[in-house]
Amino acid sequence: MLAYVARRLVQSVLILLGVSLITFALLYVLPADPVRQIAGRSATPQTVENIRRQLGLDQPFVVQYGRYLLGLAQGDFGRSYLQRTEVSELITARLPASLLLMAGAIVCELILGLTMGLVAALKRGTATDQALMVSSFVGVSAPQFVVGLLLLYVFAVRLSWFPIGGYGTFSHLVLPSLTLGILGAGWYSRMMRSSMVDVLRQDYIRTARAKGLRRLTIILRHALPNAILPVIAMIGIDIGIFMSGIVVVESVFGWPGIGQLAWQAIQRVDIPIIMGVTLVSACAIVLGNLLADLVTPFIDPRIKLQ
Amino acid sequence: MKAFLSSTALALGLAVGLSAPAFAQDGGGAGAKTAEYQPDPSAKEGGSIVVTYKDDVSTLDPAIGYDWQNWSMIKSLFDAMMDYVPGTTELRPALAESYEISEDGTVFTFHLKTGVKFHNGREMTAKDVKYSLDRVTDPKTQSPGAGFFGSIKGYEEVAAGTADGLSGVEVVDPQTVKITLSRPDATFLHVMALNFASVVPQEAVEEYGADFGHHPVGTGAFKLADWTIGQKLVFEKNADYWRDGVPYLDQITFEIGQEPIVALLRLQKGEVDIPGDGIPPAKFQEVMADPEQKARVVEGGQLQTGYITMNVTMPPFDKKEVREAVNMAIDKDRIVQMINNRAIPANQPLPPSMPGYDESFKGYPHDPERAKAMLAEAGFPDGFETELYVMNTDPNPRIAQAIQQDLSQIGIKADIQSLAQANVIAAGGAKDQAPMIWSGGMAWIADFPDPSNFYGPILGCAGAVPGGWNWSWYCNEDLDKEAAEADSIVDPAKKDERDAMWSDIYGKVMADAPWVPVFNEQRFTMKSPRMGGADDLYVDPVHIPINYDYVYVK
Repeated sequence: MLAYVARRLVQSVLILLGVSLITFALLYVLPADPVRQIAGRSATPQTVENIRRQLGLDQPFVVQYGRYLLGLAQGDFGRSYLQRTEVSELITARLPASLLLMAGAIVCELILGLTMGLVAALKRGTATDQALMVSSFVGVSAPQFVVGLLLLYVFAVRLSWFPIGGYGTFSHLVLPSLTLGILGAGWYSRMMRSSMVDVLRQDYIRTARAKGLRRLTIILRHALPNAILPVIAMIGIDIGIFMSGIVVVESVFGWPGIGQLAWQAIQRVDIPIIMGVTLVSACAIVLGNLLADLVTPFIDPRIKLQ
Repeated sequence: MKAFLSSTALALGLAVGLSAPAFAQDGGGAGAKTAEYQPDPSAKEGGSIVVTYKDDVSTLDPAIGYDWQNWSMIKSLFDAMMDYVPGTTELRPALAESYEISEDGTVFTFHLKTGVKFHNGREMTAKDVKYSLDRVTDPKTQSPGAGFFGSIKGYEEVAAGTADGLSGVEVVDPQTVKITLSRPDATFLHVMALNFASVVPQEAVEEYGADFGHHPVGTGAFKLADWTIGQKLVFEKNADYWRDGVPYLDQITFEIGQEPIVALLRLQKGEVDIPGDGIPPAKFQEVMADPEQKARVVEGGQLQTGYITMNVTMPPFDKKEVREAVNMAIDKDRIVQMINNRAIPANQPLPPSMPGYDESFKGYPHDPERAKAMLAEAGFPDGFETELYVMNTDPNPRIAQAIQQDLSQIGIKADIQSLAQANVIAAGGAKDQAPMIWSGGMAWIADFPDPSNFYGPILGCAGAVPGGWNWSWYCNEDLDKEAAEADSIVDPAKKDERDAMWSDIYGKVMADAPWVPVFNEQRFTMKSPRMGGADDLYVDPVHIPINYDYVYVK
């Protein structure tokens, strides 16, 4: 077990190195010049060259990347080109908001997805089943900014149940969590449905039924715990989906997380921020996957870590 | 013999085109139309407002900040030697009590106000002025505004890193600063009103180092009370502000990260007072069609021009006739209609609210038939193929399509290259890449209200360099000489003459037709019903988007 974790962690570091190299290279070949963005419109060519030299952007790619890695090894993400603030400070300030949003989204997708999947499995083949599966399909395919704006319009503007965007209280959290969670809810309802259908076909369920147990007891005590576990194990993988989702959702709702930070940085070619957020997200995805793999054997003893 | 011009006379000169004597004494302006601000009699003190912005406030360091959202914030936190009468483009002294300009226009002596205190309680002196100017020009500061101070003696050495401070800036005594220029510069007082010329206390800059932008200490009307990164900033009234009576507001809360459409919805519910990014284009017609909402919109001019550049070094745009034909092909009225009349059609580089704008100038008429004939004369009876670069955010691609359609009327087939802003800027700064660029989204907005501001970097030879902003690569050395000559006229008595010279320069530019000036954007600021103060304050040409120091809550 420990050896497995150690091996996976080494792999993770290699993956992160790869991600950093690819991102850095992509930003390097980008035709946009970050120095022009920093220097502004009225800067003389001399000012532009000065800034380029000071930031080390006149150096060849290998030197620039090497310097970045060296800083990274010392925990230094560099300073934002435009904000002149430590990238680590910007990310730390915004990370809690993103984590809170993801936690909210996990709660939303589990409640929605598992309920829908369960009901669909129990009503298999009926109109309810079909309606639920169609709506899960819509949930999976609807663009998140459309869902976000729609929820915002209906529940915040028309009905005034929730505030129109922003951050701070529980009611601020509901709509963005729901928007981010709807996509996952679609997936979970489908997984939950098939997992439940699968379990309900098992012999021990037939035995329980033959014993004359009540239907509700069979579902809640015998079927549900077995059906739900493989689904729950997928949460780790969700983190990757969330990482792309928060960029859109945070912008729509004015949520002060790292997704919004990334979006603004991309528009302004603020390379240190783009690199920092990319690495932090990659880290979260890698760890999420590792966690999912580690949890699986506990849930299903048939699976062994190699 | 040295002649001295007083500040009042200069302000007057800029304001009303000079009828005042050049030697008038400062402080009073008796008998002349003064440019003094008249306090609003119904203004009330107190109250707090909420302003929203979409993008993060990057920094509040006046040497660095150059964004839409932090420009006016910095103006409220800091002061410079000069500023403008609220709601106008008229210069007035700020931290300077008065100033003198030598007759040859190369020595500016500023006498500072006494008793002005920084937010940390220390009194501001001439040493701080020198420190601030040395700091903004120091290459280590990486100020995007360093180039504005290029006319100060010793700038070259500082920029090259061979000198520690500007030799042209001298502290005469604690209340007097003498600035010597290496060449006469008529725009220098405007430069001294820029955010980049704000006075900062050395001890605070050194204490916070690179984080000074998050811990600003100035002499301004407000001070920073709280900053939650990515969420909000709170400005608190500076009770010790040196200007009497202002600011009126006790507190301003800037909420960050709010999409304009969300800000508008919140305004309608009374949660927001000023949506800082304005009315989202998609909602514009709806707002203007509703009398109740329309009443809260303030419309004003903007020192901005949207234009199409034609790269004069790339055939066939090296032929003047081709560029003239394109000028006649574009239907500007239709483009203005397309953006819901949020602009007015343009015929010259300068916007109408800029001194030097030539009202009698007719420009090129919209005449596709003649354009076609001219193209044929130039040797392209069947037109040609070219590329039009454009920034990829609405409404720019739509505008590009309209331009494309107009061009096809005269046989020019333009391929639209819709790219991110930074990529279009990069393409424009490369000599042989972009034959045509629609400037929308990146268009020139003047840094200060002076006609010269539309020339150097975007139409002069200095800007026609790799990475420059002169995307038509138009370089006319005769005009550069005329521009330098116009800018050497520092005497306010000759302000009209200077403006006329600039009108003439832009007229000659248009005769060569490197641009198609398309429109001048209007500004539309929305405010909550409780906001008070003259409309001019909400479309202030300098404090963009609004003048926080003078607005109040009813």
